[in-house]
Amino acid sequence: MSYCKQEGKDRIIFVTKEDHEAPSNAELIADDPNDPYEEQGLILPNGDINWNCPCLGGMASGPCGSQFKEAFSCFHYSKEEVKGSECIDNFRNMQECMQRYPELYPQEEDKESSQAEASSSSVSAAPTEGSALPPETDSTPATSTSDSTSLIDNQTAS
Amino acid sequence: MLKCRTVWKKLAPLARASSTVCRQNVRRTGLTSSRIPACVPVAHMSTGPAGGGRENQLYILLVGAACVGGAIYTYRTVKGDSQRYQDRIEEISSRSYKRATAEPATPIQSEPSVILEPEPEAAPSLEPEAAPSLEPEAAPSLESEAAPSPEEPSPPAPDAEVAVPETTELPPAAEQTTTADEPVVEASPEESAEPAAVPVVEEEPSPPSEPSPFELTELPPAPVVESEPAAAESPAAEPTEPQPEVVAQSGGPAPDSLKVPSHTPYLLIGGGTASFAAARSIRARDPGAKVLIVTDESDPPYMRPPLSKELWFSDDPSVTETLRFKQWNGKERSIYFQPPSFYINAEELNGAENGGVAVLTGKKVVHMDVRGNKIKLDDDTEISYDKCLIATGGVPRNLQVIERAGEEVMKKTTLFRKIEDFKSLDKVSRNVKSITIIGGGFLGSELACALGRRSTEYDLEVVQMFPEKGNMGKVLPEYLSNWTTEKVKSEGVKVISEALVKSVVCKDDKLEIKLKDGRLVKTDHIVAAVGLEPNVDLAKSAGLEVDSDFGGFRVNAELQARSNIWVAGDAACFYDIRLGRRRVEHHDHAVVSGRLAGENMTGANKPYWHQSMFWSDLGPDVGYEAIGIVDSSLPTVGVFAKATAKDTPKAATEKSGTGIRSESETEDTATSPVASLTLAPTVEQHQDEYGKGVIFYLRDKVVVGIILWNVFNRMPIARKIIKDGEEHADLNEVAKLFNIHDD
Repeated sequence: MSYCKQEGKDRIIFVTKEDHEAPSNAELIADDPNDPYEEQGLILPNGDINWNCPCLGGMASGPCGSQFKEAFSCFHYSKEEVKGSECIDNFRNMQECMQRYPELYPQEEDKESSQAEASSSSVSAAPTEGSALPPETDSTPATSTSDSTSLIDNQTAS
Repeated sequence: MLKCRTVWKKLAPLARASSTVCRQNVRRTGLTSSRIPACVPVAHMSTGPAGGGRENQLYILLVGAACVGGAIYTYRTVKGDSQRYQDRIEEISSRSYKRATAEPATPIQSEPSVILEPEPEAAPSLEPEAAPSLEPEAAPSLESEAAPSPEEPSPPAPDAEVAVPETTELPPAAEQTTTADEPVVEASPEESAEPAAVPVVEEEPSPPSEPSPFELTELPPAPVVESEPAAAESPAAEPTEPQPEVVAQSGGPAPDSLKVPSHTPYLLIGGGTASFAAARSIRARDPGAKVLIVTDESDPPYMRPPLSKELWFSDDPSVTETLRFKQWNGKERSIYFQPPSFYINAEELNGAENGGVAVLTGKKVVHMDVRGNKIKLDDDTEISYDKCLIATGGVPRNLQVIERAGEEVMKKTTLFRKIEDFKSLDKVSRNVKSITIIGGGFLGSELACALGRRSTEYDLEVVQMFPEKGNMGKVLPEYLSNWTTEKVKSEGVKVISEALVKSVVCKDDKLEIKLKDGRLVKTDHIVAAVGLEPNVDLAKSAGLEVDSDFGGFRVNAELQARSNIWVAGDAACFYDIRLGRRRVEHHDHAVVSGRLAGENMTGANKPYWHQSMFWSDLGPDVGYEAIGIVDSSLPTVGVFAKATAKDTPKAATEKSGTGIRSESETEDTATSPVASLTLAPTVEQHQDEYGKGVIFYLRDKVVVGIILWNVFNRMPIARKIIKDGEEHADLNEVAKLFNIHDD
C-alpha cells in the first residue's frame, strides 16, 4: 500500500512494487521522427549520414576526419554485392592517416580497420538506435565524456 | 617673477580687457581683504609696466600661476609617459622571462632585446626581420635600451647558467623559424645551440626542447613532437607530462603577431567545454573547416566535473600530474577532451589542406569589433573572423567579507574552478589541519564529500557552512535536503547550516570566521564555492546585450547574439522554447549548447530543443541525475520506492548478513497492510527511506524539472515528459513510466 504525505508545498508518495505494476495511464505525445529540431541519429531522414552524431565521437572532426568521411560515405552509398568492396582505397587512406596519430586512434592497425568496417556496417543496419542512446546508456558521468571518445571506447570495448 | 613679467608683456592687451572683469569679481566676492596680504610681497617685487593696481597684480599672479601649472603639468606628463614606457618595456622583458621558465618558447617581445646583441655575431639580416614583428614604438627605443642594458637578455633566456652567446642564439633560432629564411638561418645557430643545450638537459628539461618545437614547424607535428620531448628529457619523466607542455609550446604563447593567423573563418573565444563541443560540431558539418580557439588558460580544452569528483577518488598518487580518472565503465581517461596531437598549430591553420582545430593558449580577447568582424588580443594582435562564438564561461564569485579581509586571508582562500585550483587544493589538503568550505551547492557539497573522505587519511578536519538549512537547499525540497545533509555528515564533514559569514580575520596564521549569530570557526584554509559570475567583459566593446536577471549575454533561442556571433555555455542567457529564458551552468549544457552553436554557425538554424541534464554524486549512497528547472522554491511531488534491502547500492555490495537482516525485518513488518498504518511513523525514521525515486518540479501544474534519485538510465523518459509540457492529473501514473523498483 502506498501512502502519501504533504510537507508544505512538497508532496511525498511512497509506493510499493505492486502499486507500480499496473501499466501507466499517463499520456505522452507521439514523437515526430522527422522533427528537424530533434537530435538526429546517425542516419538522417533523407538517408544522409549525420556526421555530428555523438555516437561517432571525434571521428569525423579529428585530423583524419575527411578520410573517415570519405571512407564511410563510400561504404554507406555502396550498392555492390559485397558492400564497400570498392572502398578499399578510401579505407586504406583512413588507416594510413590514423597510423600517424597513434594517440588519437589507439588501436592496432588490423584490428582498427576491421572494427571500423564492422562498426559502420552494424551502425548503418540499425540507424535509429545509434541516436542518442549510446551516450546515455553508458552510465551517468560517462554521458558527456563518452561524447568525446565513444567510438574509441567502442573499439576498445569490443 | 621675471617669467610673470614677460608673460604679462605678451598678454597685456588681452589681460587688460579681462582684468576689469576680474577686478569687479574680486570686489564682489569680497576676497580682497584676504588676498591682498598675500599679494603684497608680490606687488613689491614685480614692477610691472602697468604699475599701480592691486587688482592688476592679482591678475599677474593668477596668470603666472596658470602658466607655471601648465608647464609643470606638461613636464610631468612627458616624464610620466617615458617612465610608463620604460616600465612597459621592463614588464615585457620580465613577462618573457616568466614565459621562458614556464614554457620555454621565447616570445618575440624578448627577442628584440636579444636581437641586437647577436647582431655582430649572427646574420645581420635578423634585424629587418625582427622589425616587422615589433610594435613600431618598441623598435626605435630598444636600440637605445639594449646598449645600456646588455644584461637584460640573459634573464629572459631560461638557462641563466649557460653562457650568454648560447642564450642569445637560442632565441634567434626561435625567432627565425617564423621568417622566410627559416631553413637557411636555422642551421647555423642550431648547430651551436644543440651542443650548448645538451649539457643543460639534466638541469632544465625546458631549454633543450625549445629548439625542437621550432624545428618541427617543418615536419609533421605529431610523431616528432612526441619523440622530441622524450629525447630531451633524459630523466625518466612520464610520457604524459611533456605533452601539455608541448601543447603550450607549440600552440601557446610562441605564436605572436607573426604566428597567429590574421583571419580565421571560425573563431571561438574561450577554451572550455562549450567551445570544444562547437569545434567538433563545426568540423563535422563543414568539411575542411579551420577553427581557431583562443583561451586565456594555459591548458587545452578539458572537462570540469572530474576536478571536484573523480580526480579526488583516484588511487594514483600522481593524479595531479596525469589528470586521469576512472569512468563508470571502468575505463580510464584524461580530463582533456583530446590529446595535444589532435590540435594543429595556429600558424599552420591557414595552410592546412583539410582544416583543423588550433588552440591559442595564454591569450585573452580584450576587444571585439562587431562591425569590422574582428577581435583584439591582449598583445594587440587583431584577428578577423567570419563566424564567432563567445564561450567565455565565468569566474568564481567571492564573498565580500573575504575580499575586504586583506591579503593574508586571500592567500588562504581558494576559488575553485580550474586545473591549477585543483592542484593547489590537493596540496593544501595534505598540509593543513582544517579546511572550511563556504557554500552548500553542487560544488561545495561535492568538494566537502571529497575532502571528507580524505579526512581520516590525513587527519584533516572538513567543515562546510552555508546559509541554507541543508545541503543543496536551493535545489532539493526540504525533506530531501535534510536527508542529504545527514549523508554528507556521515562522509566525515562537519556541517554548519544557517551560517552567514560576518567577518574573516587571520590570527596566528589561522583563519577565524565569525558568523552573524556569533559562532566562531577556526580553520587553516577556506574554499569559497558561492557561485559563478559569467564573464561578459566583451559585452561593452562588442555592444552586446547583457541579461539583468540571470547575467550573461542575452541570446535568442538559436543562441545567436548578432548575425555572426553566437554564445554558448555558462555565459549564455538563452531562450528555451519550453522552459523560458534561463542560464544554465552545467557540463552537459555546455556540451549541448556548444554543439548547437556549432551547428548554427554552419547554417543549421536550430533552436535549443534537446534538454540538457546534470548529475551529482554525494558519497556512495546518494547519486542523482536531473533535468530541466530544479528549483526548491517550486512545488514538488516526490514518488519514492518503499525501500527493500537490496535497493541501496551499499546493501547490494554488502556480503555480510547482519545489515541486510535487520533492514529486511523492519521492511517485512512495514509492508503488511495492517501494520503499515501504525508503523508508518517508524518507517519514516528509517535511514533508507528516500533510497530511490523520482521528484517532479511543477510550475503551473506542468512538470518543468525532474530529479531521478538513485535511479539511473531513465533520462530519455524524463526528457520526454518535459518536452511534452503537458499537465498530468496524477503524477504517480507518470512516475510509473520510470519503473523505479527495477534496477
